[in-house]
Amino acid sequence: MSNHWNDFANADVILIMGGNPAENHPISFRWVNKAVEKGATLICVDPRFTRSAAKAHIYARLRSGTDIAFLGGMIKYILDNDLIQKEYVVEYTNASFLIDEKFGFEDGLFSGYDPKGRKYDRSTWKYQLEANGLPKMDKTLQNPHCVYQLLKKHYSRYNLDIVSQITGTPKEDLLKVYKAYAATGKPDKVGTILYAMGWTQHTVGTQNIRTMCIIQLLLGNMGMAGGGVNALRGESNVQGSTDYGLLFHILTGYNPVPRASDKTLKDYIEKYTPQTKDPKSLNWWKNRPKYIISFLKAMYGANATKENDFGYGWLPKLDDGQNASWLMLFDQMAKGKIKGFFAWGQNPACSSANAGKVRKALENLDWLVNVNLFDNETGSFWKGPGKDPSKIKTEVFMLPCAASFEKEGSLTNSGRLMQWRYKAVNPPGQALPDLEIIHELFMKVRKLYKEKGGTFPEPILNLSWNYGPKGPDGSIKHPNPHYVAKEINGYTTKDLEVEDPKTKVKTLVVKAGQQVPSFAFLQDDGSTICGNWLYCGSYTEAGNMAARRGKADPTGIGLYPGWAWCWPVNRRIIYNRASVNWEGKPWDPKRAVIWWDGTKWVGDVPDGPQPPGAIYPFIMLPEGHARLFGLGLADGPFPEHYEPLECPIEKNLMSSQKFNPTAKLFGEPGVGAGADKYLSCDPRFPLVCTTYRVTEHWQTGVMTRWTPWLLELEPQLFVEMSKELAKEKGIKSGDRVIVKSARGEVEAKAIVTDRFKPFKIAGQTVHQVGIPWHFGWVTPPDGGDSANLLTPTIGDANTMIPESKAFMVNVEKKGGK
Amino acid sequence: MIEKVMLVDVSKCTACRACQVACKQWNKLPAEKTQQHGTHQNPPDLSWATWNLIRFTEVPLKDGGVKWLFRREACLHCTDPGCQRACPVPGCIVKTPEGAVVINSELCIGCKMCVNSCPFEIPRINPENNKAYKCTFCWDRISHGLIPACAKVCGPGAITFGDKDVMIARAYARAKALGGDATVYGDKYVQGTHVIYVLPEKVRMYERMVVNPSIPISLILWKDILKPLSVLAIGAALVGTFFHYVIKGPKRPEEGGE
Repeated sequence: MSNHWNDFANADVILIMGGNPAENHPISFRWVNKAVEKGATLICVDPRFTRSAAKAHIYARLRSGTDIAFLGGMIKYILDNDLIQKEYVVEYTNASFLIDEKFGFEDGLFSGYDPKGRKYDRSTWKYQLEANGLPKMDKTLQNPHCVYQLLKKHYSRYNLDIVSQITGTPKEDLLKVYKAYAATGKPDKVGTILYAMGWTQHTVGTQNIRTMCIIQLLLGNMGMAGGGVNALRGESNVQGSTDYGLLFHILTGYNPVPRASDKTLKDYIEKYTPQTKDPKSLNWWKNRPKYIISFLKAMYGANATKENDFGYGWLPKLDDGQNASWLMLFDQMAKGKIKGFFAWGQNPACSSANAGKVRKALENLDWLVNVNLFDNETGSFWKGPGKDPSKIKTEVFMLPCAASFEKEGSLTNSGRLMQWRYKAVNPPGQALPDLEIIHELFMKVRKLYKEKGGTFPEPILNLSWNYGPKGPDGSIKHPNPHYVAKEINGYTTKDLEVEDPKTKVKTLVVKAGQQVPSFAFLQDDGSTICGNWLYCGSYTEAGNMAARRGKADPTGIGLYPGWAWCWPVNRRIIYNRASVNWEGKPWDPKRAVIWWDGTKWVGDVPDGPQPPGAIYPFIMLPEGHARLFGLGLADGPFPEHYEPLECPIEKNLMSSQKFNPTAKLFGEPGVGAGADKYLSCDPRFPLVCTTYRVTEHWQTGVMTRWTPWLLELEPQLFVEMSKELAKEKGIKSGDRVIVKSARGEVEAKAIVTDRFKPFKIAGQTVHQVGIPWHFGWVTPPDGGDSANLLTPTIGDANTMIPESKAFMVNVEKKGGK
Repeated sequence: MIEKVMLVDVSKCTACRACQVACKQWNKLPAEKTQQHGTHQNPPDLSWATWNLIRFTEVPLKDGGVKWLFRREACLHCTDPGCQRACPVPGCIVKTPEGAVVINSELCIGCKMCVNSCPFEIPRINPENNKAYKCTFCWDRISHGLIPACAKVCGPGAITFGDKDVMIARAYARAKALGGDATVYGDKYVQGTHVIYVLPEKVRMYERMVVNPSIPISLILWKDILKPLSVLAIGAALVGTFFHYVIKGPKRPEEGGE
């Protein structure tokens, strides 16, 4: 989130799209309700009338997978009616930047497409430069090559007729939503977007969000209280896990994982440290060397020296072009290329798209370690439906672990708020906190490397491991989360002095061995150690900032700066310099985030302390201006509508590119492992399907399916469908039905409802159904199995998140009509 | 103010059902074995083990749209409780100063009089022990200055709890702000309920919402007219017996002719 949970209360218009916060983020509605009580308009756009929709002033339905068409129409509406916040757009976005004259777009493809490799050569997706190296601009926005004109041209195709035909949304509903949301283009009106996996889990997931970013920028809603682009994360600490580098392609603090060709630290720094010639651009990533070197020092401690490249050579590397994301891992496992697997706090046999493929792939493992609170479908895959245990060689170990309230540590929520929490009760039986399990595991692994050697022992033997009090023999009996948190914040190895640029007088800022107060003090000479630069400032000499519980709200807009700690540098609303004009005056004084009092900034921690007008507000980009034209994505600088890989219509009404031309296909020979089938426009699978969650269950239900009070509320797998479809199929509410896709089938109970309605898509009637993915065969016995047995192995072109929100199925009454 | 009111602002309820679970948790009520029966409402009805139920009602609209209404159903804690009037066992159903109407199930004889006399059809009998159960207003929390479990966990802020006059004023202000068909429900019936609703739609739109709740006439007849009469009759009998004693003296065994 660019903003934070309680900031929703500041909005004038709240758009819920690609998410269902009333059900999946129930507490968020405390803040949504507060906004509505103050007169805000609540809009909900969803294929299904959800509990969120039940609370909305305006509800519009759309067919799953058509969000870009829906929002593309909104961009056109905003531009046609000139509802943009002009000063914001001209000054703070790249609207005025001129793009390379060779850049183009034709019939669904941007310039530079290579159909064989299914990827773009992006060399024409770039700014025209002046002689001094700065981007060429036309602040009148008239030049045909300026971003504003290109944007206008691109979305001129998204007229109401075609959008309505693609999305199935009635035209009057489109207009209602466009009108209500576009009203926030006024400087003193703010709109916010709450989205979740309903936007990400598509082959065009990243571009769904980009489309909304463009809208938020055009309307001047980024950086504002009650604005921003707000991802409601799918798990309470998933923001934290991303910040700490859990994904395959990033280290902590969003530093890229090095590739094999990045041979030295110098190579890495040169490749990943952006440059700018613009003195007004803060270009924050210019600090990359400080962050990566401080990180290497945290990894290898005293073993990391300037002479050995701070141990850079010991970091694991990805091959050039390698994608090691979730779908790829299980594809490799299915091909027999992975022999061992730690399933740590997860249940891929139910949570993964195409779960049948995963369950089969697990058979190829020699060993599987299941670290969880309860047994689950992954740990017991070998005795699951259709399995013959005598033919499965995999040895499975179960390591019981502590639940969140049985251990101490931090959690970072969607609003980037890092909150410390305490142990309430001891874990039962032999269960241990994850940190203890990791600690013991590492001690054993290091001992083995020490005694027996190995192919490449250095990364293990040189690893610094100071995560608990040491006994007389130097060993750590029990790790302590405070030690970890302190290293994440960082500390110095020698006195840190800062020289006044004018007087040349040096003053001591941090004494050797002390906690670093903020990332501004991190060094690239190895004198600072920091596990994650983003969290620098979270555990200082003043103590554990995440444990703070201050309730003061000095700005009155709910920033609560003394409550816990927020990255970066306790800034509660990021891009907040965009909430003021060049003079430092808030666009909307009645909910000002920051303002210049003549000598200093007041309010939230600003994006840089420089006085107004000194720097551009979007400090993370080398050009300092937010990107309406995106330079770095795999599938295009402007979002374009493509159909989901499995869809009900023969032709994409926007172009002859049916689906995302850069999405990675598994079903092709030599790409997938044989379990990947896609069937589009196949009469056997005529229904659009989406998966979702309900309030009463959590993820694959590993915790909630064992909780009788929750199971009582949602006891069995269900499939929701319209009355019209149910009539066609002879299905009544409560009937047992079979839901089938090209990949598998599940048995479910039917919920026949007015909350689903047939869509009119390109002149034909299209039905959609929906199914939750919380169930699994382990428990309860009559609960049903995972909806992910139906979903396809196909990912977003940028992130590889699976497209589980739009695919094709059929539903039949069990035992026939 | 010692007298309390719970305000259920239905316009804010998202049917997350935290109240339903918290009720079971605080009162140590068992989960019921349920089935998916074609709706999200589960268990299908209140029971001896489910005192707080969110009802889900789908209302199709003429324009093809739909409304999805959520309402918390539980005891309304009447000022003039039909259940208490009807209960033949002294001390089995009691009213607390806060306004809670509590069944002491230990004393319950399973006569079902409370079930039949409740204007809102709330109490339920446990068929295993033949005793009546319902929401207690969390009297064991509120008498210690805590708020009821359901109000405590209500994230969206639909259930709030406080002093009677404050809550009633808040309810009317909210209904006014909502406008349209919004009404306040509860304070005008049975001398005022201690659970009141703000309903954004007409009362009849909500499943099992009683349009004009009142104590059954038969009960009023029995309790207000016949029962006092019977007391009078018993009194008269006693008085008669007394005078008989005074005049005729005590009954002697020998008169029995044994």
